[in-house]
Amino acid sequence: MNAARKLACVVVVAVCAVSLGANWLAPSGYARQFRDAPSAPPSHQHFLGTDEVGRDRFARVLYGTRISLLLAPAAALVSTVLAAMVGGLAGYMGGIWLRLARGFTDLFLSLPWLFLLITVRALLPLNVSPLVSVLITFLILGLLGWAASARVLSTSADALRNSDFVLQARASGLHGPRLFLVHVLPNLKPVLYAQFWISIPVFILSEANLGILGLGVAEPLPSWGSLLRELEGLISFREEPWRLVPLLLLIVVLTSFQLLLSNEEVTV
Amino acid sequence: MNTKMNGRRAFLRFLFCFALVSLALTSSAFSQTGGELRFCLRSEPKTFDPLLVDDDSSLAIRYLTGGVLVRANRKTQDLEPELAESWKVSKDGKQITFKLRRGITFSDGSPFSSEDVAFTMQRLMDPALHSSTGDAFRSGSGTVSSKIIAPDQIAIIFPAPLAGLERLFDQVAIMSAHSPKKEAAVLGPFLVAEYKAGSSVLLRRNPNYWKKDSQGHRLPYLDSIRLDIQSNRDVEMLRFKRGELDLINVLDSDYFDRLAASSPGLAHDAGASLDSDFMWFNQVASAPIPAYKRAWFRSANFRRAISQAINREDLSRVVFNGHAQPAVGPVSPANKFWFNSKLKAEPYRPDAALKRLQADGFHLQNGALFDKGGNAVEFSIVTNAGSKPRERMAVMAQEDLGKLGIKVNVVTLDFPSLIERISQKFNYEAAMLGFRNVDLDPNGQMNIWLSSAENHAWSPQQKSPETAWEAEIDRLMRAQASTADPKKRKESFDRVQEIAAEQAPFIYLVNQNALSAVSGAVEGANPGILSPQTFWNAERLTLNAGTRASR
Repeated sequence: MNAARKLACVVVVAVCAVSLGANWLAPSGYARQFRDAPSAPPSHQHFLGTDEVGRDRFARVLYGTRISLLLAPAAALVSTVLAAMVGGLAGYMGGIWLRLARGFTDLFLSLPWLFLLITVRALLPLNVSPLVSVLITFLILGLLGWAASARVLSTSADALRNSDFVLQARASGLHGPRLFLVHVLPNLKPVLYAQFWISIPVFILSEANLGILGLGVAEPLPSWGSLLRELEGLISFREEPWRLVPLLLLIVVLTSFQLLLSNEEVTV
Repeated sequence: MNTKMNGRRAFLRFLFCFALVSLALTSSAFSQTGGELRFCLRSEPKTFDPLLVDDDSSLAIRYLTGGVLVRANRKTQDLEPELAESWKVSKDGKQITFKLRRGITFSDGSPFSSEDVAFTMQRLMDPALHSSTGDAFRSGSGTVSSKIIAPDQIAIIFPAPLAGLERLFDQVAIMSAHSPKKEAAVLGPFLVAEYKAGSSVLLRRNPNYWKKDSQGHRLPYLDSIRLDIQSNRDVEMLRFKRGELDLINVLDSDYFDRLAASSPGLAHDAGASLDSDFMWFNQVASAPIPAYKRAWFRSANFRRAISQAINREDLSRVVFNGHAQPAVGPVSPANKFWFNSKLKAEPYRPDAALKRLQADGFHLQNGALFDKGGNAVEFSIVTNAGSKPRERMAVMAQEDLGKLGIKVNVVTLDFPSLIERISQKFNYEAAMLGFRNVDLDPNGQMNIWLSSAENHAWSPQQKSPETAWEAEIDRLMRAQASTADPKKRKESFDRVQEIAAEQAPFIYLVNQNALSAVSGAVEGANPGILSPQTFWNAERLTLNAGTRASR
């Protein structure tokens, strides 16, 4: 592990640890409105000032980080499993199944992703708690975000299907699911692993995009997306630099995720 | 001798000073006339046909180029004569007779007469044109006719009485009956000289404009107005700060405060506008919501309690940085004539709210509110995504109502989905939106208050009024619309406002202030609350070339 990866690992672990300690580090909570001090600058009481309705920005950053960092990997897991099922199996089966899967994946990729998300989000029931809403948002992201990974996995599985060791296994009488589970899937693991890590920042950014449109996590729950919305209308960085903290955190964490992936994993 | 010398010197000094002052005044007068005013339209104008105008950008162009018979003064709200010297409405409210000014010509030189007014009205009322301006004149079955009495006199006859008839002509730009240039021939202070799609509209001074100032100078003072098409408000503000723009017609409170902090003289707060933000509960009988929730929403006690539990002062102060007023009802206090001054904004009284709820059988249990059937009180408020003020208001209402043990879920939806839910599927519980009022007259609210109306948001398109108070509102609205007597109309509409306060079908939250920005180079600007806030007196605006150059 090189120095950059070590540093990235430390950063991700530190950010996760701090966000998990939000209850102790920011006891005022993310929802309490200090209405006498809206849009306040940093102070001893509010380290990063307050937002437009007087909520402690430090608390919201910590809780928002917790939500985005915990649920983005969960969404990435859902999408990677789906990608393995569609792309991995189709690649392994080959022939018409592979062509069908690729056609379906291409069709899925050609859909306007953001509009699809907005449409699905609008169809959901209204009366759900913010916690359920955030779970639904990330579940949708996971369910809709599998296609790009599936395409990569189908190509890798297709290559494995024609490899010497699979031919040898077939010649030994191994067929069907057992061949897939014992010989193909273990060899797909590095690709699955890479796709999983690549998906995490994609989902964090997707949630941020939805949040910027006002369609992400429901109020009063914070997320990086809703925190980034505060930057709307910020004309000068010098005016209120503390408002840039969520953006900086997002950049640092996404960069760390990229650094965590070794070249080998990405290019397998 | 010395005395004589001193006297001569004093006289020469006086002459010198007089010459200097005269020179200064003359040069100042010269610097004030001419020049190009610049500001932004936030969208592409959809049409240049004054009778088809339906969007803000086209409205601005029509205001600057169109000549009207009468004009509502945007400051005093009084009706003033323009192309018509005088007018008279018949007692039955079915006819209006205008006496026109003589010697006026269109921008292309064609003369103006009663024929042009008749032509404009005929075209306006043509059903094939689908003019929303014309819709306001449709008072009943039958046609609108014009009777030319003389070249400078015309009577317009309607099939049924039309309340507030004369004010409607503020929106009717007169077109030429004979000019080959059609809508390009105008009677207003400016004419459209150039249009670059997606970029700008250039208006030039109408050389034939009829108005003169008190010193006999022909108006307008400006040579031209450049309207840049720019939807991005950040860019608009940056360009204003750089001195590339002279006006911002409508500002958000955030931008306003930033501008006021850096350049206090340029930001203008004209006070409460006619616009209002409010919320309402879904009372539609067929709505896909549980019956017990519909029962809450149909209870006036429940609605009043919610209204009392929301802190409007905080909404005005926190969300709009003090640039909004707690709303009283359907009419903003800014509407001087129609506002019912006996009414006051609902004060924040959570204790009284709880008592009201308890009177309806609600009770607190472990900090949560339950109805008499044991159902926890929880509902969602939908609002449009992207409107930060409204989202903030919803979040503050969520916390206020949380103190009463009510759980509120705030849901932001894209606008088409929101409209589909609240007006077609009725699949929502409560909604928070706003009205952008441009019409002072209560007739502009007929499509909201009549129980049969599409915009009767809480329960639209009723075949017959579902409640006694809605029937009473229907009666009062029709009564005020069918008489030309302003006093009787006011009495009826005052009562409508009282019923709206008692029943709270809409829970009015705030009236936003009219905020705008005017550069120091513009002289004569007097921003108001009525649209167009900053350039309503464009013909009398002047530019100080010195101030503009120094920016």
